[in-house]
Amino acid sequence: MGWAIALHGGAGDIPLSLPLESRQPREEALRRCLQIGVEALKAKKPSLDVVELVVRELENIPQFNAGKGSVLTNKGTVEMEASIMDGSTKNCGAVSGLKTVVNAVSLARLVMEKTPHVYLAFDGAEEFAKEQGIETADSSHFITAENVERLKQANEAHRVQLDYTQPLQNGSKEERPNANGDVQLGTVGCVSVDSYGNLAAATSTGGLVNKRVGRIGDSPIIGAGTYASELCAVSCTGKGEAILCATVARDVAAMMEFKGVPLEEAASYVIHECMPKGTAGLVAVSAAGEVAMPYNTTGMFRACATEDGYSEVAIWSAS
Amino acid sequence: MGAWAIAVHGGAGVDPNLPLQRQEEAKQLLTRCLNLGISALNSNLSAIDVVELVVRELETDPLFNSGRGSALTEKGTVEMEASIMDGPKRRCGAVSGLTTVKNPISLARLVMEKSPHSYLAFSGAEDFARQQGVEVVDNEYFITPENVGMLKLAKEANAILFDYRIPNGCETTCGANVESPLHMNGLPISVYAPETVGCVVVDREGRCAAATSTGGLMNKMTGRIGDSPLIGSGTYACDLCGVSCTGEGEAIIRATLAREVAAVMEYKGLGLQEAVDFCIKTRLDDGKAGLIAVSKNGEVAYGFNCNGMFRGCATENGFMEVGIWE
Repeated sequence: MGWAIALHGGAGDIPLSLPLESRQPREEALRRCLQIGVEALKAKKPSLDVVELVVRELENIPQFNAGKGSVLTNKGTVEMEASIMDGSTKNCGAVSGLKTVVNAVSLARLVMEKTPHVYLAFDGAEEFAKEQGIETADSSHFITAENVERLKQANEAHRVQLDYTQPLQNGSKEERPNANGDVQLGTVGCVSVDSYGNLAAATSTGGLVNKRVGRIGDSPIIGAGTYASELCAVSCTGKGEAILCATVARDVAAMMEFKGVPLEEAASYVIHECMPKGTAGLVAVSAAGEVAMPYNTTGMFRACATEDGYSEVAIWSAS
Repeated sequence: MGAWAIAVHGGAGVDPNLPLQRQEEAKQLLTRCLNLGISALNSNLSAIDVVELVVRELETDPLFNSGRGSALTEKGTVEMEASIMDGPKRRCGAVSGLTTVKNPISLARLVMEKSPHSYLAFSGAEDFARQQGVEVVDNEYFITPENVGMLKLAKEANAILFDYRIPNGCETTCGANVESPLHMNGLPISVYAPETVGCVVVDREGRCAAATSTGGLMNKMTGRIGDSPLIGSGTYACDLCGVSCTGEGEAIIRATLAREVAAVMEYKGLGLQEAVDFCIKTRLDDGKAGLIAVSKNGEVAYGFNCNGMFRGCATENGFMEVGIWE
């Protein structure tokens, strides 16, 4: 037993040749966010607070596809979404279609705590944000040059492109298959179990590059991108459509609960046996303080730490 | 070749004082929809086609809370949502925030089959609808005088209630026309009337499908999304079964109820009815909900933990049942 935390900044076809100037800021960001989470856990903050805190930090980092740095819709706008879940009570909150809210995960928490509903979206969510006085900014805050470029390339290739960390090579249209087999990345998330054994999970994203306006992925869907129970907490990343139909986060917890399978095995099974290759990754922690971070893509930006002193920041596999 | 089975629902959580005439109308509608589905199944239509066509019928009829006859938002408008899932490949499609699309379930199917996405909402979904050329009408088409009256009552009830969650059996009365202390989602049952609709089918090839459609919670905040369009919560279908849920949206989402039925079948090896009972009895905490389900073996089952659920079911061997109460 003891606390544990894991976070991700997206799974996808992260090339092993990723240039240092792309790699370093992301690794440092993961390290920094991990540290923030660890300190909060050491200060005995409850999991729900910890995951929100860490995801807020990830949203503020422009190199990840959430909050600032969100990828753009087919109209060049941002539409952000997020969800959060408290394992001990199964209370949850979710938001979609946000354009101005600086921290989507915090609005999701407010939906959970301040409304009779679980999920608010688009104009209704923005109105609620105004009522709550949560921090907002205009689109220039969220839109980065990198993402404007990605959208341009996706348009040129007439494709819905799932975010990735490097720009397309010129004339490489044939290398990148269509949306169904495309490489992907993006979405941030955090899961933790605190000193009292309470679990929580949160996920936040800007979605897919060149997505249709109004497209909702897995990140705000309880049971798909995010789930927490008394046994475990899970946050997923990858191809949203696939994760949604496979209810990935819930499946990990269901295997543990109904088949008595331990965390590592359940998480690995769902990712490696149930999901098409190149579509998904997740981070998960169990009530017993274990951590699992499986992915079936080339890489996944991730970090984790446990109370016994173990910690890791990684992109690809060790071997 | 196996045998088909079909179930439909028109919502869990029924006013015990519902006038007999209304009960009759509901049963007639459920019967008509069942018969539509049965004809289609006897003509060898696939499960996914049948659930869509049955739910279209339920949406078009103003009786239940979907399509025409949808519950109203706090602003007096209609925002509809729906989802559909095809068991064999676990394909899914969902829509939310529709204001002009005559049949939300058909748009959900188009999302699944004609877009690279699985879920579209609000203005993006409306744009897609126009691109696909589906039938659209003014928002007023969906609004019925009955629901305008209900909205007014809901607002009165909320003006007195401090918190949406009040315990069942509480004796507090909340204004005019409340004859029963039963509440769901914080509203007196006479006003709440969830009446989401859904259909689940297994065809002769053993393929399962599920579809759910709704106008959502009476007096909901604009932008509120419930369980009906959420895959795993209101709707789910896989190789083993097809499930559609109805009731308190929040409770269904927390329980990921539709997925739960399939998960206990898959991971605990429970049979369909056992799985349905298990989920209804143990996964809802103090939430109120109901569901219908079919299995790939041609079985049909339903369950609910509130005082009634509008439902109908039939199997190929001639069994047919339409009911409201226990």
